[in-house]
Amino acid sequence: MSAATGSDRTQPVTESRARRLRFLTDSTALIFLVLLALVAVFALVRPDAFASVNNVRNIFIGAATLLVIAVGMTFVIVSAGIDLSVGSVLVFSSVISIKVMTALGNQGWPVAIAGVAAGMAAGLAWGLLNGVLIAKARIPALIVTLGTLGAALGLAQIITGGVNLRGVPVELTEALGFGRVAGIPWLVVVAAVVTAIGIVVLRFTRFGRYTYAVGSNPEAARRAGVKVERHLIKVYALTGMLSGLAGVMSLARFSSTNIGGHLTDNLQAIAAVVIGGTSLFGGIGTVFGTVVGVFIPSVLQNGFVILRVQPFWQEVAVGVVLIAAVYIDQIKRRARERL
Amino acid sequence: MSAALLEARGIVKNYGHVQALRGADFSVEAGKVVAMVGDNGAGKSTLVKVLSGIEQPDGGEIRFEGQPVALASAARAHALGIETVYQDLALAPDLDPAANLFLGRELLRDGVLGRLGFLDNKRMQQRAEEAFADLGQTTVQQVTVPVASLSGGQRQSVAVARASAWASKVVFMDEPTAALGVVQASKVLDLIRRVRDQGIAVVLISHSMPQVFDVADRIEVLRLGQRVARFDPHEADMADIVGAMTGALEHGEASTAEPGGSSEQARQRGPSGQEDA
Ligand SMILES: Nc1ncnc2c1ncn2[C@@H]1O[C@H](COP(=O)(O)OP(=O)(O)OP(=O)(O)O)[C@@H](O)[C@H]1O
Ligand SMILES: [Mg+2]
Repeated sequence: MSAATGSDRTQPVTESRARRLRFLTDSTALIFLVLLALVAVFALVRPDAFASVNNVRNIFIGAATLLVIAVGMTFVIVSAGIDLSVGSVLVFSSVISIKVMTALGNQGWPVAIAGVAAGMAAGLAWGLLNGVLIAKARIPALIVTLGTLGAALGLAQIITGGVNLRGVPVELTEALGFGRVAGIPWLVVVAAVVTAIGIVVLRFTRFGRYTYAVGSNPEAARRAGVKVERHLIKVYALTGMLSGLAGVMSLARFSSTNIGGHLTDNLQAIAAVVIGGTSLFGGIGTVFGTVVGVFIPSVLQNGFVILRVQPFWQEVAVGVVLIAAVYIDQIKRRARERL
Repeated sequence: MSAALLEARGIVKNYGHVQALRGADFSVEAGKVVAMVGDNGAGKSTLVKVLSGIEQPDGGEIRFEGQPVALASAARAHALGIETVYQDLALAPDLDPAANLFLGRELLRDGVLGRLGFLDNKRMQQRAEEAFADLGQTTVQQVTVPVASLSGGQRQSVAVARASAWASKVVFMDEPTAALGVVQASKVLDLIRRVRDQGIAVVLISHSMPQVFDVADRIEVLRLGQRVARFDPHEADMADIVGAMTGALEHGEASTAEPGGSSEQARQRGPSGQEDA
């Protein structure tokens, strides 16, 4: 009797402790609530303007390319790395893409598809270079990708002479750029598919498991037989390829390259990933969190414009959210290590 | 030839100017527990890493089942059935115990999903629970919380369970009981005996002499990167071993000049047999 009550008493204690732990770990849930609250506030204050189909569509279109980059960035940061080159790789890829399409005659689906493939291949190549330099040459990711950030943008400007290029096949702009399926813009569909694949791969597959393991303790992963270097190369290659895809999406949307328009994509993507609860120290994070992290700034910006708040406040607010997110991560780690 | 399952001969390992191993010999037979003892910094962990494929030696030879082998990676050692509990445990703190147990050897789902790399987490969790149950229910209650949230002893249990679950030939345990309570430590010793009874060679590194005498079939002493003596625990006592560890018994030094000194010879000659060859 007394033994039974004893064990009955200890069981709930460990369980509630585990649950508390899981809640702390689940800063994604918290940040998701923040996003929902923002949406609710804006929608209540200005239902006509904020909650309109058009406005929602605009928010999604605006976030689509950043989301694609940020999915790749999530894998990189979970693996305890960083990629500053994404914006430059995006620009470089869009330049290669349009050069290929121009060389092939600027029209028709085959040309458009060749352009998409060329853009993604160019991004993949930069990603491979990043990965090899980081994993094999063991140069810190911050330095490697700072280097390729400059190199990719410089080469894009050398190739174009610093002038934005036009000449995207109408097929591409009309479909990927402005087209919709069931009212949903293709840009958003592509971003949603990439995101869904990212969520599934990171969460349910061996590739995802290795990404967490490598970010959590690379030496432990190596001793367990994981090919750590090869995995890191794959992670950076994936991110490069997604940057290339984002470059093609941006081309289709604007019918032109946008050489000067992606200087802060890297920081925006990193901010989104970190706001979404992914730890800069690696080993922890989700793609779903990143989705939330992408939408918080874009919803804020959109809402502030509608409410006629000076849009600069958006940057202040995002900065605060970012720092708060990292602070929570620190507390979380300390609490966990303590237990 | 010797009946050694795994044998190291004259292993040299340098870290910059530090000579961690200076021609170390070591051997272990199937179904035996060999204790490797030595002072701090004697080179025990380094030898374990070399024999586990995660550090490459600068010299010497490794033989497995009588044949020279190159243990170029952990995966190579795993393929030969060699598993290791590292002194620093080598766990991924953000992964749960089950994921750590199967790290690098994940079970995949059946069919197409498996070919796409989808994990079979349920099956891995079940098998992990079974492996941890062997070490007593109290050690690891939940296989789905991050390892970082476990106590030091629980983490050690995870590492021990992982190595013994996978080992089919040799298991190295580098101070597997250092963080354990009395009960858990004796469970680990029980586990070592059970693993040995399956015909697996066990190498136990421990600073606890009672444990060593309790479980070892042979004691090998490492000092300054070399094996300096081998003892039969039934015939040696603590003073002999401490003497060899600290260098008080200088006669032990002879063993390194005799890489062919096989286990049979050692046993025939009894404890500290090398000196009077
Ligand atoms: N990665 C390394 N880099 C430099 N020196 C090292 C490294 N690993 C080990 N050493 C050195 O090699 C020597 C042997 O170390 P090792 O860890 O093998 O000792 P040990 O016998 O396991 O000691 P302990 O009982 O304290 O665990 C020490 O002098 C140590 O400083
Ligand atoms: Mg050691």
